[in-house]
Amino acid sequence: MKPAFSVIFLTTLIGAGQGLFMALVTGQFYWVIGATKGQDDGSFYAYGSLLALVFLGFGLIASFFHLAHPERAWRAASQWRTSWLSREVIALPAMMGAVVLYGGLHWLEWRPELMTFGNLKVLDLSMAMGYLGVIAAIALFVCTGMVYACMKFIQEWASPLTVLNYALMGSSSGFVLAATYAAVLGSPLTDFFTSGALVLTVLALIGRLTSLWRNGRIKHLSSLQTAVGMHHRNLRQISRGFTAGSFNLKEFFHPGGPGLVRLLKTVFLIAAFLVPILLLGFGLASGVSAGLLGLTFIIQYPGLLAERWVFFAEASHPQNLYYQKVA
Amino acid sequence: MSDTIARQLALVIDLNTCVGCHACVTSCKEWNTSGWAGSMTDTNPYGKDPSGVFFNRVQTYEAGTFPNTETIHFPKSCLHCEDPPCVPVCPTGASYKRPEDGIVLVDYDKCIGCKYCSWACPYGAREFDEESGVMKKCTLCVDRIYDESLAPDRRKPACVLACPAGARLFGDVTDPDSEVSVAIREEGGYQLMPEWGTKPGNQYLPRRKSKRVIHDDELVRADNPLKKEGPLPKVDPTAPSLDDVTSW
Repeated sequence: MKPAFSVIFLTTLIGAGQGLFMALVTGQFYWVIGATKGQDDGSFYAYGSLLALVFLGFGLIASFFHLAHPERAWRAASQWRTSWLSREVIALPAMMGAVVLYGGLHWLEWRPELMTFGNLKVLDLSMAMGYLGVIAAIALFVCTGMVYACMKFIQEWASPLTVLNYALMGSSSGFVLAATYAAVLGSPLTDFFTSGALVLTVLALIGRLTSLWRNGRIKHLSSLQTAVGMHHRNLRQISRGFTAGSFNLKEFFHPGGPGLVRLLKTVFLIAAFLVPILLLGFGLASGVSAGLLGLTFIIQYPGLLAERWVFFAEASHPQNLYYQKVA
Repeated sequence: MSDTIARQLALVIDLNTCVGCHACVTSCKEWNTSGWAGSMTDTNPYGKDPSGVFFNRVQTYEAGTFPNTETIHFPKSCLHCEDPPCVPVCPTGASYKRPEDGIVLVDYDKCIGCKYCSWACPYGAREFDEESGVMKKCTLCVDRIYDESLAPDRRKPACVLACPAGARLFGDVTDPDSEVSVAIREEGGYQLMPEWGTKPGNQYLPRRKSKRVIHDDELVRADNPLKKEGPLPKVDPTAPSLDDVTSW
């Protein structure tokens, strides 16, 4: 498949936004249950939500560049019964709405208590809104992943690993972002976010390596024989039927050679996973700083862009069987 | 979806007959670029790297090893699947399958040009039109086949009418007595990429070995009472002749 840059930016930007928001809510939850010593005031969560909203917003803007008729984009919410893309179109604004409400409640310091548990821990409105937002974030991860995983004949994508990896990689970059943000503001949650980022990055690496291993040994169900319906062992295309260009040649083949895919695979494994793991581990061992965490995000994000490029380039569409030879 | 359609109009393409002349390709482009589904935009048609939208292509394949090879001309267009994977993925509902005749169409006024439906078609049957920014595809000449101003035998897709070899049949594949169903049944019609469960409406008739049996008695002339085989005697060129006498 041809890597679509609008989609690459959409999925990586909203992934970071979702992860950042989930980190904020987890941080608040840790304080509520008494696992962290200090508590940040409402503005920490409010500005954090604003930062998440910026990432989600830029992702949304990037997605519009994918459309030939962006003025009709509102129609894309109509087919949620059958289309994962339509569900994603609904889940993204829903997620953004939840982030606005969560940040707003913290900004206004409006935290009415909803219920008190037996152990005297309290569920307030902001925490409840946070839970709803996390559900929206997870739903958005599932929708984004399923947009690709539901294409059963693009076998590189048709796997639960696709959904899992979108969630893990988004959460990883979001927690790195959250740790950077917390370190800049000197929040007591910095170490917690850094540990979370380290664990999530390791899990994301395992998930992505598993999918690379799976895709490397995939057996494609379609062949030239099933495509043409002629079951001769020695069947080949002589002519695709035209010498000029066409949509079929542009959309379903990636522009780089196999060398570029291999190179970018190495690049993303190093930049998106290995270097962040080393930097985060080093930070936890010797004391984190905003500079170190910021550097981690700046290295990891282009790595994730390269990962998404490879995700597209690796996917082989069965229609390519029909377009093997010019003449 | 297949149990809700009244009938399924489709093409049956005989690979044993197709000669690969591309008449169906050009007639399709001509009809549809000027019709309801048009235009089928060409970008840079006379310059470097020309490109364009086509709903139908004829490809050529070869099987076997020289000298024992066989050439297969293979026309490919939208198969109007009974269970089209391109339809449910459309986020706007622009892509739809007509319940009355099973034709898969795109509503150009609803299409946002996200190209997701083209990703969902394993056959590469959909082509994006850069100029109008919407997805386009074979309509089975929906603007021809119901046109009552045409003579009944002309209410067929342009590609079917153009085929000089008669390799393309058109009809309702759910009607067991239709020309297409009989051809599928009797000539071993098959669907492309059955592994994905799309149940294409269009089917292909396979290459068949055409053999002619000649019996011994057919090698002997029946109108040869003297049983003399060999070249007939030549007429003496100097002899006077009358046409009705020297008939050979």
